[in-house]
This record gives sequence, structure tokens and C-alpha cells, in this order.
Amino acid sequence: MKNAAATLLIMMCVLGSAGADSGKNSCLDCHAALDDARLVKPAKLFDGDIHHQAGLTCADCHGGNPDDDSMSAMSPAKGFRGVPKKAAIPDFCARCHSNATYMHPFNTKLPVDQLSEYVTSVHGKRLKQGDAKVATCVDCHRVHNILSVKDPRAPVYPSNVATTCGRCHADAAYMKEYKIPTDQVAHYQKSVHAEVLAQGDTSAPTCTTCHGNHGAAPPGVNSVVMVCGTCHVFFAQLFEKSPHQAAFTQMGLPGCVQCHSNHEIVKPSDSWVGVGPNSICSTCHSSGDAGFKSSQGIAMDLGRLNLAIAQADSVLDTAERAGMEVSEAKLELANAHEALIKGRVNVHTFRASEVQKVTEPGLEIAKKANQAGAAALQELNVRRKGLGIALITILVAIAGLYLKIRQIESKPQA
Amino acid sequence: MSVPENPAKATQPGRRWVNILLGGGLAASVVSFLYPALRYIIPPPIAESTSRSVVAAKATELKNNSGKIFKFGSKPALLVRSADGTFRAFSAVCTHLNCTVQYRDDLHQIWCACHNGLYDLEGRNVSGPPPRPLEVYEAHVQGEDVVVTRSA
Amino acid sequence: MSEPQRKTPSWLDERFGAGTIEEFLRHKIVPIHRHSIWYYFGGMTLFLFIIQVLTGILLLLYYRPTPNDAFESVQYMMTQVRFGWLIRSVHSWSANLMIFTAFVHMFSVYFLKAYRKPRELTWVTGMLLLFVVMGFGFSGYLLPWNTLAFFATKVGTEMAGSVPVVGKWFLIFLRGGEEVTGATLTRFFGFHVAVLPGLATCLLALHLLLVQQLGMSTPPGVERAIAEGREPRRSMPFFPNFLLRDMIGWYAALGVLGALAAIFPWELGTKADAFAAAPAGIRPEWYFLFMFQTLKYLPSKIFFVDGELVGIFVFSAAALVWVAVPFLDRKIGFGRTTRIFTGAGVFVIGYMMLFSWLALR
Repeated sequence: MKNAAATLLIMMCVLGSAGADSGKNSCLDCHAALDDARLVKPAKLFDGDIHHQAGLTCADCHGGNPDDDSMSAMSPAKGFRGVPKKAAIPDFCARCHSNATYMHPFNTKLPVDQLSEYVTSVHGKRLKQGDAKVATCVDCHRVHNILSVKDPRAPVYPSNVATTCGRCHADAAYMKEYKIPTDQVAHYQKSVHAEVLAQGDTSAPTCTTCHGNHGAAPPGVNSVVMVCGTCHVFFAQLFEKSPHQAAFTQMGLPGCVQCHSNHEIVKPSDSWVGVGPNSICSTCHSSGDAGFKSSQGIAMDLGRLNLAIAQADSVLDTAERAGMEVSEAKLELANAHEALIKGRVNVHTFRASEVQKVTEPGLEIAKKANQAGAAALQELNVRRKGLGIALITILVAIAGLYLKIRQIESKPQA
Repeated sequence: MSVPENPAKATQPGRRWVNILLGGGLAASVVSFLYPALRYIIPPPIAESTSRSVVAAKATELKNNSGKIFKFGSKPALLVRSADGTFRAFSAVCTHLNCTVQYRDDLHQIWCACHNGLYDLEGRNVSGPPPRPLEVYEAHVQGEDVVVTRSA
Repeated sequence: MSEPQRKTPSWLDERFGAGTIEEFLRHKIVPIHRHSIWYYFGGMTLFLFIIQVLTGILLLLYYRPTPNDAFESVQYMMTQVRFGWLIRSVHSWSANLMIFTAFVHMFSVYFLKAYRKPRELTWVTGMLLLFVVMGFGFSGYLLPWNTLAFFATKVGTEMAGSVPVVGKWFLIFLRGGEEVTGATLTRFFGFHVAVLPGLATCLLALHLLLVQQLGMSTPPGVERAIAEGREPRRSMPFFPNFLLRDMIGWYAALGVLGALAAIFPWELGTKADAFAAAPAGIRPEWYFLFMFQTLKYLPSKIFFVDGELVGIFVFSAAALVWVAVPFLDRKIGFGRTTRIFTGAGVFVIGYMMLFSWLALR
């Protein structure tokens, strides 16, 4: 039965190859018709592969002779490399992907340094030491149905990266021997970064943004600020000039992560400064030290401005709903809001004076807006004066009418 | 019509006063109603009700490669005159946290001072935290004025 | 009035035959008895209607009936136009006051049995006027195009759609489409400033004509007392005595309206957004509350029929019966009252007040 099938297939291939040129891929044709699911799978997947679309065949990676329809297509004499062992995979892919000349015609923008990065990574180093559990090229990119990074279905597309890394790093059983946490993905999913990414902004950070992709390694404690600072420029600049920079470096504390956490980076709140129950400053600073005083000062500044804006907002809203014209005042109030935002940025100087510098003008603006709103509501009262005048004339008219009636009816009726 | 003594003569001047009071009261009250009505029908200085169209600046006011913040409704808006002289207008409310953006003549882009966000001259968010582009308004020159309109 | 009147009547008289009108006015009398106070409410409603027409015309000078402009034009009136706030607030408050006085007028006529022969048509035209006035209220409420108005209209027109057979068509007719949109606004504007005023004018003319022709009705109890000699028949001339008293009432109403406009200005609200979720606690204006609340209490199915449908049917039937009361109340006649109709009237008032109160809790 099998022989018959094989013969039939060979005849078809021969006939088919009558008009075919170098596009012939006997590997694909044969493997697609086999019974063993494990052998059929690569053939089935290859249709969607980016290498296939670039015109490459199985032989371009695995060697062998794609024109040969017999089993001799897979002979080492014809250059057949077979399935590479785990430790050999990076070199297997790098044969082309590290060759700039070879890669250039396919895609001028594709980097060719993946292997050199990989050997510096934790994965690469451990692979060299014989660890077969670490990630290699095919663990992240898949094999036989490799998609471009820009394809949303690719495991390395930004919104899929966390899931891909999580396949190992969130598997507690798999990671047991490495004694590192496995809650990073769970934490990350709660972060603002994950939220923004889920909303479609692919520039939002995922695992590889901070850890690197091919050269994946956790950033050193001293380089955290620089990593976060690639996007959060102002905060990094302010932090580096702040008293925390020296203090953290001395104590070996990981910069931004100390307060903001590394994976579960949530939206910060004004209650993080100051002396309240949510205060992060209080985890190190206690009553009496300079930091405590600063944190108190900062919290008070932000709190005052917040309150002033809320008050002004409420007054202006009431006036507007009542139909008073307050658009100018609302515009000005937006500036106060901006001062609050800048104040929150300046928290990272960890100096109350710096925060106050920005919030002070905001307070002025909020006060003025409040006054404008109160004036608008007052205008409503001014109308009562006009009303008073009208009411007086009405009362006079009514009195006149009443007296007229009395007058008419005091005469005896005819 | 013989009228007994007491009311007639005494009320003659009284009758006049009642008439004056009545007439005066009626007239005064009518004036207090007509006055607001007449003021009302005179159109106010801003003739149109919709704030969908605003004169942002005089056509000669802005140099090339400069920007101006102006009021559009109750929100700030930005008028940019690019290096080649064309006018562009956007909402000046940053799509990140609502700070007011400004034109940077050194970068030829629109910048938000709060968190360093950048938008290009089509309003597209190109760098930093802003998640969405700026709302784009139409700007065209009408005589001496640059008029900015927002489509409904 | 022994003084010679002004020369003008004779000038007018030569051209308009005004003498006959004045003669007629002089003859109109108003009966005086313990229930006379209710006579003022018809004129009060008419006065408030005239206020509505005048302020409405003024509002027309600035209002724009499209979804893009409606809210903004009202805002413009409230903030930029001199005394715009006054005209607008007076219009809104007077509308509510007018509906209130219209109901008082209607119920006072009912309980004083003024609908008896020969005044059946006065009653019918009056009831139709009441429906027109409520239509004014419903259509006018949407015009500022704020959130409350938008959703109240949505709910209100939704109920119209649940009537069988004609419901769907009626809903589309009202809304100018399947949903409440700008088309609805334009349509309601047309109803509010053209269709309903036209209808109201015709009905009002008929109503007033009938009132003038047939004179003021005396309640049965008073009629009987006069007939039995227990009470003298007293009356006063309409012109000028009753009219002067009317004017006191009207001036007082003007004072009240001005005070309300200045101290409790009518809110602008927030602009309607068709795609936003309906805010909690949406309900129609107070004069529709009793119906609204009733429909809320009805179970979804009553004997296999949709609950809401039953409610609408019952209300429609009740309205029909109410309009036909003069023809149904056969036993009533000179000096006699029919207990059952009085009782029904008390029940209706009580029901309306109870359910309105429940809706407000």
C-alpha cells in the first residue's frame, strides 16, 4: 500500500516537474502525504512561513536535495543537516541571519546581530553550559510557521510577547530549579503598560522592551533608571539630580523600581507621598528625618492644589449648568490642572521646594477661577435687584387695580 | 343718578388719585416688561451662537514657523504657521493628560511640556506618552483673518 | 360711569361695528357665589398661554432647531443675549404653571358640573385644548437638546410605539425615524411652533366663542339654593369689575414668574449625546409622571397581553370616557348632581396625585 502510494506520488512529482523549475520542493510534497502526524506537521505549517514567502525551501535550512523525490534527498552527502539539536539551534539559524551579505537582498532593515546578542543573554549563557530548558530561537519565534514581528499573529508581536515569555517564566513547575519568581507575567498584566498595550498602542513596553529580546537579561540595579528613562525622560533626569540617586546607588536599591515596582507598575496616586496609609515614602522615612519633612511638604502642596482645582471646577460647573458664561474661566483653570501635572513630575526631585515652585502659580490660577465662578453665581443674585424693581411696579399696579375695583363698586348700583 | 352726599364729593379727588395710581402702575409695569424684551431683540456683539468657527488671528500676525494658542469654545487650540507659510490648526489639549501643547520652532513639531510628548504637523502622536493624535481643525484665510473651524 | 367715554369707540364703531362688541361685553355677567373663585382659572390659563406665545416668539429669534446648534443656541441665549435668561426661564416656568392652571381649570369645571347641557362642546374643545397643551409641553421639552430632554423623549416616544397596529407607524411619525435623532428635533420644533399653535388657535377660538355665547355656568348646588330662595342671585359685570380682578391675578402671576426666573433660573443641563448611556432616574415632566409610574408597576404580562399595552389602553379609554362625560352624565340636570361622577372625579385626582408623588420618591 505504502509502496503504491509512494510510486503514485513519484509519478505525480515527475509529471509535475515537467513544467516546474527551481520552485520544486520534494520535501514538502512527500512530507505532506505521510501518515505520521509528527512528520506531516512541518509541511502543513510551512505555507504560512515567512521563509516560504521569501522563496526559500526546506533544503535552504535543512540541506538535502529538493529536486530528488526519493529518500536519497535526505543524504548527508547532499548536505542534509536534519533536525538540529537544541544547543545547535542558534548557530543553525545564524548561518543566514548573522550573514549581512546574505540577508541584505531579503530585507535591508533586518538586524543581523541576533546571535551576538543571544550569547550575552542569560538564555545563551546557560545554553552553552548545557541547560536544555532555556529558550532558543524556535521557542519564541516558533519553527516552520515563523511570522514577521509586525504580524499580529506572531508570538513576538508586542501584544503577544508577555504570553510567549510566560510560557516558561510563568510556569512554576518548569522554573522550579532556577529559584526565580514566576509571577512576573501576572504582575505585568495588572500594570498600566499592559493596559496601554491592550488598547492597541504597540509602543507600550512589554518584557523585551526593558529586558532586551535576543540579549535578554534583567537590567542591573544601577541601570534601572536608564532603562525606564528611555521613555520617561523627564523623570530620569530629575531623579538623577535628586538626593535619591546617590542614596539608592549607595544602598544598592533599584532606582524607579523601589517605589514603582518592576512588573506591576500601576498608576501612581497622590497618596503615595506624604504620611497617609498608602505612603511609600514612609516605608523608609520616619518622623523627624529630612526625607519625611520633604514628603510631608510635597504631599501638602499637591493636596492643596488638588483641592483648589476641585473647588473651582465645582463652582464653574454649577455656574455653567445654570447658564452663566464661564468659558474663559474654565480655560484658565486648565492651566492650573497643568501645574498639578507638572507638580507630580517634580515629585521626582524629592524636594518640596521644587514641587512648590510649580504648584504655587497653579494655586493662583485656581483661586482666580474660583472667584470668577463665584462672581458668575453672584450675577444670578444681581438679577434679584432687577426683579425687585419689576415687583414694585407690579405691586403698584395691583394696588391701583384693587383701589379701582373698590372705587367702582363703592357706588351704589344703578 | 342721585348720589348721597358722603362718597361723591369726597371721592372726586380720590378718584383721580386712584386713576393715576392705576394708570401709573400699569404703565410702569408695562415698561418693566417691555424694557427687557426690547434689549433682548437687539442682537448681542457676538452675532452667532455656535462656537464652531473662530477667528484665530490676523493673517499677518504669525511669522512662518511659529505657533499661537487661542481660545476655541472653552478649550485651548493651537494655530501653527509652518515654514512654508501654510496654516494648520489643532486642539491644543494633549491626548495624554490634557496639558496644553505648544509649537516648537526648533523641532518643527508640536511639543507637550508635561511629559515630553511630540506630535508632527499632521497632529499625529510621534513620540512620548500621548496615545492618540491631536484633533485636527480646519484653518483657512478669509480676507484679513485666519478662521479656524471644527467639523461637526 | 356718567363721564362721556373717549371718542375712539365711535370711530372704531363706524369701521368695525365695535359698538356691538362693547355692548356685548357690557352684558356679560359673572355669577357670584361661594365657588366663584374657580372662575379665574380659565382666564389665567389663557393669560399664561399668551405669555408663552410672546416669549416663544422672542425665543424664536435666536433658537436653532438642529442637534448641532440647538443646545448652543439656548446657551447663547442664556449667556450672551441681554435678558435672554429671563425670557427663557419665564417661558419654561410659565409652561409648567400653565399646565397646572389648565388642570385646575378642567377639574374645577368638572366638579362644578359646568359641562352640563348646553355646554358639552365647550367641555370637549376644552379637553382637546388640554391634550394640545400637554403636546406643547412634550414637544417643547426636547428643544433645548440636553441629556434629560433627550432621554425623556426617548422613553416617551417608546411608549407610543407599543400601541398595537398603529404603534410602529406612530413612533416613526413622532420620531421622524426609528430613533430619536436630529430629525426628531426638527419635527418636534415644527409641531411646537406651527402645528400645535394652529390647532390651539382654532380650538381656543371655538372654546371662547362658546363661552361667550353660552355665558358662565352656575353650579347645581347654587342653582338649587337660588331656586329655593335660600340664596340671592348675585352677579357682577365682566367688564370692568371681573376683568379688573382678573388683572390682579395676572399681575400676581407675572410677579411669580419673574421671581421664579430670577431666583430659580431654568437649568441648561449638558448637551445630549445619543451614544452615551442614559443617566439614572430619567423621568418625564411632572404632568406625565402618574402615567409613567403606573406603567412601571404593571406586570410584563396581564392575561397574555403585554402589560404596558394594557396600561396604555386603559389610559386611552379613560381619556375617551373623560372627554365624553357630558354625554354620559345623563341624569344630571338643573340643580342636581350625580354622585357617581363626582366620586369618579375625586378618584382620578387622588390617583394622579398619589402616583405623581410615588414617582418622585
